[in-house]
Amino acid sequence: MNPAALLAALGRPALALLAAIGRLTLFVTDTLSHLFRPPFYLRELRDALISVGYFSLPVVGLTAFFTGGALALQIYSGGARFNAEAVVPQIVAIGMVRELGPVLAGLMIAARVTSSIAAEIATMKVTEQIDALVTLSTNPMKYLTLPRVLAATIAGPILVGIADIIGIFGGYTVATGRLGFNTAAYLQNTVDFIQFTDITSSLVKGAVFGFIAAMMGCYYGMNSGRGAQGVGRATKLSVVAAAVMILAANYMLTGLFFTS
Amino acid sequence: MIKLDNVYKSFGSNHVLRGVDLEIPRGESMVVIGGSGTGKSVTLKSVLGLVTPDSGTITLDGEDVTKAERDAFLARFGMLFQGGALFDSLTIWENVAFRLLRGSLKRPKAEAREIAIEKLRRVGLKPEVADQFPSELSGGMQKRVGLARAIAAEPEIIFFDEPTTGLDPIMSGVINELIREIVVEMGATAMTITHDMTSVRAIADKVAMLHEGVIQWTGPVSEMDTCGDPYVEQFIHGRAEGPIEAVR
Ligand SMILES: Nc1ncnc2c1ncn2[C@@H]1O[C@H](COP(=O)(O)OP(=O)(O)O)[C@@H](O)[C@H]1O
Ligand SMILES: [Mg+2]
Repeated sequence: MNPAALLAALGRPALALLAAIGRLTLFVTDTLSHLFRPPFYLRELRDALISVGYFSLPVVGLTAFFTGGALALQIYSGGARFNAEAVVPQIVAIGMVRELGPVLAGLMIAARVTSSIAAEIATMKVTEQIDALVTLSTNPMKYLTLPRVLAATIAGPILVGIADIIGIFGGYTVATGRLGFNTAAYLQNTVDFIQFTDITSSLVKGAVFGFIAAMMGCYYGMNSGRGAQGVGRATKLSVVAAAVMILAANYMLTGLFFTS
Repeated sequence: MIKLDNVYKSFGSNHVLRGVDLEIPRGESMVVIGGSGTGKSVTLKSVLGLVTPDSGTITLDGEDVTKAERDAFLARFGMLFQGGALFDSLTIWENVAFRLLRGSLKRPKAEAREIAIEKLRRVGLKPEVADQFPSELSGGMQKRVGLARAIAAEPEIIFFDEPTTGLDPIMSGVINELIREIVVEMGATAMTITHDMTSVRAIADKVAMLHEGVIQWTGPVSEMDTCGDPYVEQFIHGRAEGPIEAVR
């Protein structure tokens, strides 16, 4: 391969990536620019809060419960190798609140919310409903995107908080039910061990992940190709992008909060 | 008056509009005919700014549409989309009254609903459908709801994209008459896309034929049959033989 072709082969994807980042940045700025400009579509916000927040509760709760339980079992058997079985409550608490609660809730939001937002908006695009909104003097970014992004950013921390609590409860159930831990001591250890930063980091992650999840759904939906194939592709890409970005953001936020 | 001047639009290598010139005087009913996929919908959408032309200018009353204040500009228009484009998440009456429930034309809910039901009646739909959702209606009924929505705020300019496609002949007649009425009574300017020659004769003041990205012929509907343009002749008589290739 000659040098010019090599450069081109490296340059083309790099340029494409930059262009994608640019488009996404514009999309995000456009969305946020509607935050303080009336009219405000409160009914859409309410509907989005219900569908993003309320209907995500079961799946987030179940995931957190089982993971908390599994975590307790693992720490117990792993800890037994160096006589440290007693740390179960502390490690479950820190593991759930700092990492697993936010990541699990984030990924579940990506699976449930990102996909449904992308499919809905892409279908609206394909069936000319987005065009119809514009002709009816309604800005689609304000009417569709902003309420969903806001709702997910508000619901994110709440869902993460619930995931944290249910996850710890899962660990508690297993530890006191199967592993012979004292109930009062388990709770005391948990409460004593968790610090304020653990909780703040957890909730901040929830807000960021919710924001990413809804933003990706809207972005891919609004940029959907034509026909049923376009909708399918937009949905798939949105979930993949949201999941990857949530995990990357999680790493960065953990770095920000816990390395000094 | 709406004026398109040398408008070009391509999607990748698909050169859809290749120099469209068209004038629609105020209060007239212009009908655009042409084969499927020739860019009739793209032409309408260019005027509304839903599609941005690659070059050329489009003006409304002498003002460039790309420079107009968007809200005020769009408030003058109503549009019926080819597939209806109803909002699935809203009921029929909320669809029809969409403009009347928010923004600058906002009015009390009860009043908006009353207007919606009245518009539904005008397009031949019973008040009972008002609280149903779009997915509960047939395609033809959805189209008529789309029409009711387009006229709900009594716009001065109305675009109809294939208003009678998918309707039975009687309902087509009702819709044709309604469009004619809107133009005459409300003094609206109308631009209609259709393949339906009955519809053309019922609603057009003027006819324009779009083919291969340009307006092949335009003139009063009364001259359409005698214009001698081979493209128009072939189209209005639905002949397989002629200058328009059947395979496109
Ligand atoms: N948003 C778009 N992206 C890509 N191609 C498009 C788009 N809109 C229309 N086209 C293409 O432009 C051509 C004209 O479409 P259209 O105006 O809908 O035709 P019609 O005359 O039947 O209304 C078609 O080939 C269509 O595939
Ligand atoms: Mg069309």
